[in-house]
Amino acid sequence: MKYWRKPLDIEHIKIPRGRIHILRERCKSCGFCVEYCPRNVLETSEEFNSKGYHPPRVKDENACANCGLCEMLCPEFAIYLDGGEAVPVP
Amino acid sequence: MSGDGVLTGEFFMMGDVACAEGAISAGCRFFAGYPITPATEIAERMAERMPRVGGTYIQMEDELASMIAVLGASWGGVRAMTATSGPGFSLMMENLGLGIMTETPCVLVNVQRGGPSTGLPTLVGQGDMMQARWGSHGPYEIIALAPSSPQELFDLTIRAFNLSEKYRTPVLVMTDAEVGHMTEKVVIPPPEELETCPRRKPTVPPHEYLPYKADDDLVPPMANAGEGYRFHVTGLTHDERGYPVTDAETQDKLITRLIEKIKKNKDDIIQLEGNGLEDAEVVVCSYGISARTALWPVELARREGIKVGTLRLITVWPFPEERIRELSREVKAFVVPEINFGQIALEVERCAAGQAEVILVPHAGGDVHDPKKVLEAIRRAAR
Amino acid sequence: MSGEQVAASSKQALINEVSADSHPMDYLLREDRLPHIWCPGCGIGVALTCFIKALQKSGLDLDKVSVVSGIGCTGRVAGYVKLDSFHTTHGRAIPFATGLKLANPELKVVVFSGDGDLIAIGGNHLIHAARRNVDMTVICVNNFNYGMTGGQVGPTTPVEAVTSTSPYGCFEHPFNLPYLATASGAVYVARWTALHVRRLEKSILEALQKRGFSFVEIISPCPTLYGRWNKQRTGLDQMHYYHDSGVIRHGIDPREADIELGGKIIEGVFVDIEKPTFLDFCREALANQGIRDQGIRE
Repeated sequence: MKYWRKPLDIEHIKIPRGRIHILRERCKSCGFCVEYCPRNVLETSEEFNSKGYHPPRVKDENACANCGLCEMLCPEFAIYLDGGEAVPVP
Repeated sequence: MSGDGVLTGEFFMMGDVACAEGAISAGCRFFAGYPITPATEIAERMAERMPRVGGTYIQMEDELASMIAVLGASWGGVRAMTATSGPGFSLMMENLGLGIMTETPCVLVNVQRGGPSTGLPTLVGQGDMMQARWGSHGPYEIIALAPSSPQELFDLTIRAFNLSEKYRTPVLVMTDAEVGHMTEKVVIPPPEELETCPRRKPTVPPHEYLPYKADDDLVPPMANAGEGYRFHVTGLTHDERGYPVTDAETQDKLITRLIEKIKKNKDDIIQLEGNGLEDAEVVVCSYGISARTALWPVELARREGIKVGTLRLITVWPFPEERIRELSREVKAFVVPEINFGQIALEVERCAAGQAEVILVPHAGGDVHDPKKVLEAIRRAAR
Repeated sequence: MSGEQVAASSKQALINEVSADSHPMDYLLREDRLPHIWCPGCGIGVALTCFIKALQKSGLDLDKVSVVSGIGCTGRVAGYVKLDSFHTTHGRAIPFATGLKLANPELKVVVFSGDGDLIAIGGNHLIHAARRNVDMTVICVNNFNYGMTGGQVGPTTPVEAVTSTSPYGCFEHPFNLPYLATASGAVYVARWTALHVRRLEKSILEALQKRGFSFVEIISPCPTLYGRWNKQRTGLDQMHYYHDSGVIRHGIDPREADIELGGKIIEGVFVDIEKPTFLDFCREALANQGIRDQGIRE
């Protein structure tokens, strides 16, 4: 990342990362998580769960910033995050 | 006249007021109601007395809200009651059904008046007796008590609370405008002398508790909201966990238990007052105010030499089928005076099964029976 | 390890997704009943998620939280929360909650029900409980129709919307719920859509912490019925609509928050005032007349 001037606290700031947990059997493919993830982490997978729905899968795991929006938007209690290892600002 | 705390002593009291005091003596601390003649006095008395005994009075926006607020209060752990008359009784039916289905202890007093519809607001009727039994939709059993005097209205209100807690069901007190508005001596015993039935609480920890798993007498222990049991209660057909399971098998299990819960315990619930039945040829079977007004014609008939006995139904539902069957084998006929066109008379006829004649003395409502008419019916029965 | 295995295992390591069997909110849900009955794309699950998140943040004693619902799709919420919950008769959740609260004022009573249940058959109870300022939180999920019974017209259905009992379009002007609640005397009135989850959660938290009658309306997708007949066939379509037409206006006069078919949805917190509750008033009035509170449970 290019800086005009390096922020004084750049050593301390870490970008949060999230680990995504998907309860595939609960998913009903509403698409909310895929659509509204601000970092485009998820996409609808080709696999089926036992009810015939396509659960989401992680497309780009490095992009997840642990914002929790997918967890809140999911109507099915089928996805949640926990904090991964925060990484330094590149 | 009202002071703080539960009353004790001898009073000259209106039936409605005695009903309110009976509830207070029984531990009722929540009343949700709506004004309706002739039950308004119960609400008024409760409005005055509830704060003085540490309870709550709320006048709800209609009778539907009153009935279900009473259910809510019961689940909050407080003994609760409402009072109404015919038109309000009709409105309360759906939520009465909810009370029966969810097995919520509570008391509903119906001070009957002339009907149908708006009818005779200030005058007596007894036309809601079948509605008491079948007014809500679906198959169920109900307990209904019929007092004949202000003292009995006091006593039976207490009994209603006890039965409701014992059997986890709403209990109806089917009184009428005459008894409700009659003023007589009422003796209120001190609290220590009153029989109370406490709510049966769960004996297992929350994670093992099944809200609708019944004990041997078919009554499940009841946890209140806020005690940490985290139960679910629904009006849908449910299993022992309280979760809705809407299939025929669960329906059969649940409804059979709800019905057997009352039927199996009939002997404990039913109360009758018989007089002169040992050698009777005619039995005057009645309840409420009609039982009182039948006393004079019965006396006159006895003076004429007719062997007539009386059977007063203190408990109208569950109906005392066995007693009527028994009597029908021994007597010629039943005379049933009631202020309607035949409701309990139909039950008597059903149970008599042709073994004895059943003569109804109907009355459209608005007044008590003319003693001459009842006497004529007794004479006809004796022939 | 072979080359393929290395590739596979590193691919696995790269995908930061873990397959799970349970969700952190399961302890507040009757997980033996999940997945729930609501349709794919239905917003009730979102409303429930926000509610649970708000409950977790509220610090309330969960043993004392009671959820009361009526009949309908939203009414099923009571059956899924692992709290003392009551699934009562149609329209009568609010008076039941009133009785429950007055019998045990320690309880935190939440009414969680739908637009048809709370506003049509339950309308009278809503306005009276708001008038009395009974201390409870009412969460009204508004999907503009009666979902459970097949998508009939309701008191919040916008003019010209098609439903199963308004096949030629709705001829009636709908209620403006924030206006209704405000006029009736609610102390906290807010409206959010199922899309604006963070603000919704915060609003529910505020409503839970508010003393008095608080009302939160949640505009929610109903893809199977209302949405399908009104050109918004999927939950996503309706979420897009909320995204495009949702406008946040805190403190605006609720009179102006009408919703027209396909029109703007004004969201925000409309009312946030202080007023004594029913019990406050009751106790004060009795105390002024020398009637000691002899033991209404604190």
